Parts: sequence; structure tokens; C-alpha cells
Amino acid sequence: MAFLSATPIDLAALIAAVESPVHGGIASFLGQVRNHHDGRTVTRLEYSAYESMAEEECANIVAEAEGRWPVRVALQHRVGALEIGDVAVAVAAAGAHRDEAFAACRFVIEEVKRRVPIWKKEFYHDGAVQWVDPSRAAREVTHP
Amino acid sequence: MPAPTTQLVNVRVLLFASYADRLGLASVRVALPALATVADALDHVRSLPGGEQIPPRPLCAVNLAHAALDTRLAEGDELALLPPLAGG
Repeated sequence: MAFLSATPIDLAALIAAVESPVHGGIASFLGQVRNHHDGRTVTRLEYSAYESMAEEECANIVAEAEGRWPVRVALQHRVGALEIGDVAVAVAAAGAHRDEAFAACRFVIEEVKRRVPIWKKEFYHDGAVQWVDPSRAAREVTHP
Repeated sequence: MPAPTTQLVNVRVLLFASYADRLGLASVRVALPALATVADALDHVRSLPGGEQIPPRPLCAVNLAHAALDTRLAEGDELALLPPLAGG
């Protein structure tokens, strides 16, 4: 399964990919498209990626999590056009017990945000469009 | 004996998201002197029209891995200038 997906993410498929009889705990995280950002109404968004590097970096993150905890991890991130409520990212981590499952799941989503080359363009209710810069909110607003 | 500094290193620079919008380009080929670094390639791109809007120390990647500005570039390398990441 590729880490980037141009079609809707199926959490059940991610869980199926990591579950096994030795795993008693599965933690999952879903990131969904929010309808607001910095007090503005978001109507839709588009994710773009440096796809070859994003695939590589996601594989590195999963391998690091699986090296650090006794877990199996599945990860997918959407690219392309998304609507409010769509799943943008999903992580499933399965371990013998809940501690390692939660820890690995948290690690993976934090590292995805920190390292994977993906960008988000938000479209606002007032017609404005903005590339989201988490390091400097409310910037680069362009009106059509 | 030929001076090694006369040899050029050809690098493909990739631009994404807001940086691609600012330059109106998704990629640009740059020929740099031997021993050039990421910072040298960045200087060139920032000298292009719209390039001044790329910050002086952006996130960079060489051949699909995050790289520092002092990373040495080699013939055929792929350098990516990465706007602030916004995945997740």
C-alpha cells in the first residue's frame, strides 16, 4: 500500500494490515479536514506533495516506529482535493499491549507533520486561497 | 592540468507549493561551479524573478533526504526547496 493516496482512506484496511493474533492493542489516529482555520471558514482544500520524497520519508518514519517499539504500523496521507470532514491522514499501530500502540501511533503522526513534504492549500468562504504555513499563521492570503 | 573549478555541476532544483507559485516554475536546471553547496544553488534560485520571496534559509532536500545548506552538491543531484510543511 502506498503511503500517499489520491482516493479516500479506509481506516479498516489500515487496521487489517497491522492486526495479528499476537497484537492485543491497536491504536489509530484520523486527521480530518476542519471547516475553520485562524477564525476563517474553510470550504475545501488541496494537498500536494513531493511524492517521491514523501513516500521515502513515510517509510522511514514507519521503520523508526517499528524499530523503537514492538509494533506494526500502517500510515496513509491523502493528496489532491478534499472536502470538509474527509480523512486527510490515518495511522494504525498494533502492539501486544496498549502502551506501545499509543506511543507508536503518536510518534508517527508527529513525525509526519514534522518531516513529510506535503503542503495544504486552503480555500475560504470569502473566495481567498492560502498555502498553509503552520509556522506563521494568517499569511500569504491572495484574493481572486 | 585543467583547473577543477572550471567544471560545472548540473543540478535540478524542484520547487513546490508557494515557492513554485512565486517563481511560476516547478523546476529549474542550474549549473554551478565544482564544490558548490545547497546554499550556492539557493542563491541562484533566489536571484530569479520572484525568487527573492523564497526565504534565505528554507527547508531543503537533496536526493529525497532533508539536507543542510552546507551540503555539497554533485552532478545530477536533485535539490528540492521545501516550503513550510503542512501535512497531517
